[in-house]
Amino acid sequence: MSMNLPPTPGGGPSAEMTPGAAPVGAPVEADGAPVAAGQTQSTSEPGMDTKGTSVWKDAFQRLKRNPAAIAGAIIVVLFFLVAILAPVLAPYPGESVPGAREITPGNIPGPGEIGAYPLGLDRFGGDVLSKLIWGAQASLTIGIVSTAMGLAGGMLLGLLAGTFGGWVDGVVMRIVDILLSVPNLLLAVSIAAVLGQGQYAVMIAIGVSQVPIFARLLRSSMLTQKGSDYVLAAQTLGLSRSTITMSHVLPNSVGPVIVQATLTLATAVIDAAALSFLGLGGGRPETAEWGRMLTYAQAELGIAPWLAFLPGICIAVTALGFTLLGESLREALDPKSRRR
Amino acid sequence: MLRLIGKRLLLLIPTLFGLSVLLFLWVRSLPGGPATALLGDKATPEAVARVNAAYGFDKPLVEQYFQYMGRILSGDFGSSLLTNRPVLEEFAARFPATLELSAFAIVFAVALGIPLGYWAARHVGRWQDQLAVLLSLMGVVVPVFFLAFILKWVFAVQLGWLPPDGRQNPRIDATHYTNFFVWDGLITGEFDAAFDAFTHLVLPGIALGTIPLAIIARITRASVLEVQNADYVRTAKAKGLAPNLIRNRFVMRNAMLPVITTLGLQLGLLISGAVLTETVFAFNGIGSFLWDAIFNLDFPVLQGFIIFIALIYSLINLVVDVSYGLIDPRVRVS
Repeated sequence: MSMNLPPTPGGGPSAEMTPGAAPVGAPVEADGAPVAAGQTQSTSEPGMDTKGTSVWKDAFQRLKRNPAAIAGAIIVVLFFLVAILAPVLAPYPGESVPGAREITPGNIPGPGEIGAYPLGLDRFGGDVLSKLIWGAQASLTIGIVSTAMGLAGGMLLGLLAGTFGGWVDGVVMRIVDILLSVPNLLLAVSIAAVLGQGQYAVMIAIGVSQVPIFARLLRSSMLTQKGSDYVLAAQTLGLSRSTITMSHVLPNSVGPVIVQATLTLATAVIDAAALSFLGLGGGRPETAEWGRMLTYAQAELGIAPWLAFLPGICIAVTALGFTLLGESLREALDPKSRRR
Repeated sequence: MLRLIGKRLLLLIPTLFGLSVLLFLWVRSLPGGPATALLGDKATPEAVARVNAAYGFDKPLVEQYFQYMGRILSGDFGSSLLTNRPVLEEFAARFPATLELSAFAIVFAVALGIPLGYWAARHVGRWQDQLAVLLSLMGVVVPVFFLAFILKWVFAVQLGWLPPDGRQNPRIDATHYTNFFVWDGLITGEFDAAFDAFTHLVLPGIALGTIPLAIIARITRASVLEVQNADYVRTAKAKGLAPNLIRNRFVMRNAMLPVITTLGLQLGLLISGAVLTETVFAFNGIGSFLWDAIFNLDFPVLQGFIIFIALIYSLINLVVDVSYGLIDPRVRVS
């Protein structure tokens, strides 16, 4: 299992390095050119006896043979299923407290103690199993929506900077610098302070805090591609700048961005939990959300530790799934491992 | 070298300027505007009007911005709405706590992360490597506040080895000069106080240091793998140099470059982690103070803290870039 780039917990800009730093452990975006080169060459050279396959098809073949990728995919698929089928799977509605009568100040029934609540009850009398299932739905929604926002915003900025260069690039990169100079969580918190507490605030906050990393990735990836021979060829053929950008440079530059998006889903799930753990998720205290469940588990840590462990494990496993998938995808798309 | 530093410092100006504009607009867009944020939701219209006049919130935006910048440049960040003390004072009182905690975390991360990464790289593909990769993966996917919970539950609640919260046992009568509790205990000769403060650092420090530890281990591993097959390492081996010499002078020195970049980035991210960790361990640093500020919309504090943190973060990145030049002569030349 070889890894070339660290994941970015907290959405940290680890893909962005200072000029001298890039060569060692160079990630896909730094030497993205070979991906494209392999693709164009294999289809254009008539003398080759092997038929060229697309980068993505090739990557998929490799993913199928990687146990880490399969494990990640299984976790992610299960997570999606549980989240989507929550109304069917969960025994009780998310905010209901069916076991309110079973709770006494000194005693909270744990897993297995009452047959009707297989994973026990929480301090409000809510069924922990149901809340975990509904929590999956909440995490998935926040994760996907915020990552989609971050991706859209970041790609727009990156595309502008990468296409036009010059002063546009300068302005865009300064904006990105400003966003980066404020630590992620703090940025999210500031945004949530303006928007008020609630699910939407959390989504927007996480989405905005993800913009810089996508912007920088796409920009650096596009800059590398722009120097490639196939771009020169396209220019010689007289294609317009927009055609070259949209149908040549961009498709060859999105690889690292897609990898990052998969990894970012893991961070988004963790960040969403962190923000609602801090109480920025809004809603009622008994809301079924993993981070929120951890907040209220704090006081009961002495008598009911499982209230903290169960949602914590859910967050970690979900994040693990996306991370494994993202890492394997990166590896599969990496030209260095392709040659092997 | 000086030119590099100068250039980087100049680049800081537009960033901080942009940030100040954003923060200025941020306060103006708070629900109900800055006056309501100052007075709370139940403020009467007269009170709001009075505050608007007193703080100049009724003037044109551009004029307000210049007033605000003037105050900030003269070091006046306003007073906390919660404690009524100047923001700068609050920050100065709490920053040592967070710095102490972060220092513990980063020492922990580096002292374990680099050897772990090196060890994994030396045994690439074998079980030692798999174990190290698994450990570092765990460090990344387990949320810091959940890890804090586990540590607290196991070592404080169940085993009772370490204190569950706070910075120092309140029963210890310790003298505090600098607010770095461990340091204070050492210089005043109150070693029991220093030791007690240190035991309070262990659990939050480990929780905070785990993510950097995992990342440093991974970068070190990838970087050593890359470097140990380099031509100059092969040449050094062929020359029959001692393995220790090859490791220290050839492999590690070159492999450390990306690790240092990562370290710089992680130092900045520690602040985010500190908010969560300090909350769980009731550790009285800037993290837990920020938490209170968030909840009570204490915007002078939030505003001031964001500026301080952004400044520190940018300076750390500057130091990282400069240290690059010191380690790698190639950067200096280009």
